[in-house]
Amino acid sequence: MRSINYKQAVVLGTLPVILVCAPFAISGYKVDLLTNLLINIILVSSFRLITTTGGWSLAHIPMMGCGAYATALLAGQLHVPFLIALPLASLCAGLVGLAISYPLGRTKGFAFFVASFAAGEAIRLCWIRFKFPFGGHRGLSVPPPAIIDNVGWLDFAEARPYYFLALAVTLICLAIMYRLDRSRIGNTFRAIESQENLARSAGINVTGYKMLAFSLGSFFAGTAGVLLAHRLWAIEPHQFSFTTALYLLVWVVFGGAHTFWGPIWGVVTLTFLSELLRPLAEWVPMIFGAIIIVTLIFQPDGLEGLPRRLRQMK
Amino acid sequence: MEFIGQTILNGLMTSSFYALIAVGLSLVFGVMHIVNFAHGEFYMVGAYTVWLLYAKMQWPFFLAVAAAIVIVGLLGLICERLVFRHAKGNVLSGFIMSVGLVFILQVAVVKIWGIGKMKPVPAAYPEVLSIGGISTSWQRFIVIPVAMALLGALWLFLNRFRMGRALRAAALEPDAAALQGISVKKAAAVAMLLGSAMAGAAGALMAPIMSVHPYMGHSVVWTAFVVVIVGGAGNIKGTVLASLFFGYLTTIITTLLDSTIANMVNVLVMLVLLAIRPQGMTGHAEH
Repeated sequence: MRSINYKQAVVLGTLPVILVCAPFAISGYKVDLLTNLLINIILVSSFRLITTTGGWSLAHIPMMGCGAYATALLAGQLHVPFLIALPLASLCAGLVGLAISYPLGRTKGFAFFVASFAAGEAIRLCWIRFKFPFGGHRGLSVPPPAIIDNVGWLDFAEARPYYFLALAVTLICLAIMYRLDRSRIGNTFRAIESQENLARSAGINVTGYKMLAFSLGSFFAGTAGVLLAHRLWAIEPHQFSFTTALYLLVWVVFGGAHTFWGPIWGVVTLTFLSELLRPLAEWVPMIFGAIIIVTLIFQPDGLEGLPRRLRQMK
Repeated sequence: MEFIGQTILNGLMTSSFYALIAVGLSLVFGVMHIVNFAHGEFYMVGAYTVWLLYAKMQWPFFLAVAAAIVIVGLLGLICERLVFRHAKGNVLSGFIMSVGLVFILQVAVVKIWGIGKMKPVPAAYPEVLSIGGISTSWQRFIVIPVAMALLGALWLFLNRFRMGRALRAAALEPDAAALQGISVKKAAAVAMLLGSAMAGAAGALMAPIMSVHPYMGHSVVWTAFVVVIVGGAGNIKGTVLASLFFGYLTTIITTLLDSTIANMVNVLVMLVLLAIRPQGMTGHAEH
């Protein structure tokens, strides 16, 4: 175990206090924004899990949608309790991910982008086309989770209790992904990214590991989708369109995908930035587009590369 | 018999449209290694140019189309100079830069011309063309000769002109091409100019047929990518063949079932092909 220095101790000490106290200091609308941020944090981390093998999947948002649709069918139509629907729906997303990861795992570069993009769109088209059971353009409704019945103060239809539920799920997911990143499997993923042919000749089953990364990433994307669906109470195919995927890319590139914390920094910073830019809401996509191009030209490592760069400048 | 004739004609029209949009994409990838998602937005700008010049300012239709080709070509050139050049051949950063451009171009169009309002473009040639029971409108038919002319011109340029041959050399072996005195940067700029101009042409021709709105490029770029993947990225001949294949596949399934199913089948064909032959039908330019 690595010893913790002073700065890390301060962060580790204050962060839980902020995370627990923040919802009581702000309005319900802003609590929902924070909940959304937590969901997006799971999303970017699960996305990074896939990128560690070198593939930047464009099917990630539809994978999140798989989780959301699965929970809409399980909890909404079949009345499965939330705590069972959550892992089951995530598993559904993971299995869909496993299915499409086979052709995707054999491609790279250009073909990977395009194939993942097209596969994701095909899944989305299924939701639109097959009105039974997916509800077509109008989508499906999802009930707010009822974990413990008849407890007035713990109503998960309210913003604050749901925030804490999302916080708990987010922390569990992040802990699992962090452990995975540090494990032998995580190292193997990175080995594949840096030298695919070398990894293959060292006896690593490259396609298998790529499929594993893709399925695990899809699983956690599905978890994010479940949390989203139970907060919005309704889902429709449009929410999982390509525009959302573009935002995901912007968050990850802005933060940087080399370290575990990079994408999380990216999504947190840009979420607060877009809140600040609320009066200019219509311009926000253009500002994000400009940010991403400028980042790639002048700071290709993203936010996570900034401290190192600043040190070098001194 | 009439049904078969009609399907052959419809398929040819769809294929011509696919070829126009996909060949530009393939060319840009072959030379610059840029997966240009903004290609659909270039197509959209082409359609908007025709709406502005032809429907609003009453220019003759073909003059408006020519203007759209030039304007979108120049737009591509500007994007290459300001943005894509800095990707330095890195597929991932080039692709993400194009994503940034998608955002910028969409907001720009919404801000200049507004969203929500329909942009009706009246047909320039609404007369019905009928040959022995097969019928279509001239407006739709025009796509075939124009696509053939533009693809022919591109073929001529790439094979018979010095600059075109330099372009192909730069696509195959950039280092060796540079040693022969070919400017790889200039080749990239020319590829971007031509590729975007083709997208502009497709958008301009489709403006009276499809509805013109800021997000129209999205569904088109998706199909174009499927075509390019199957045809082989950077491989012009393969891309044209794949356009024919998918043009007919889409037409037949759309006639028998519906267009959403056709889109799904297109993707399935691509995924199955990738599972069997990851390098595409004819091989990608990527190493």
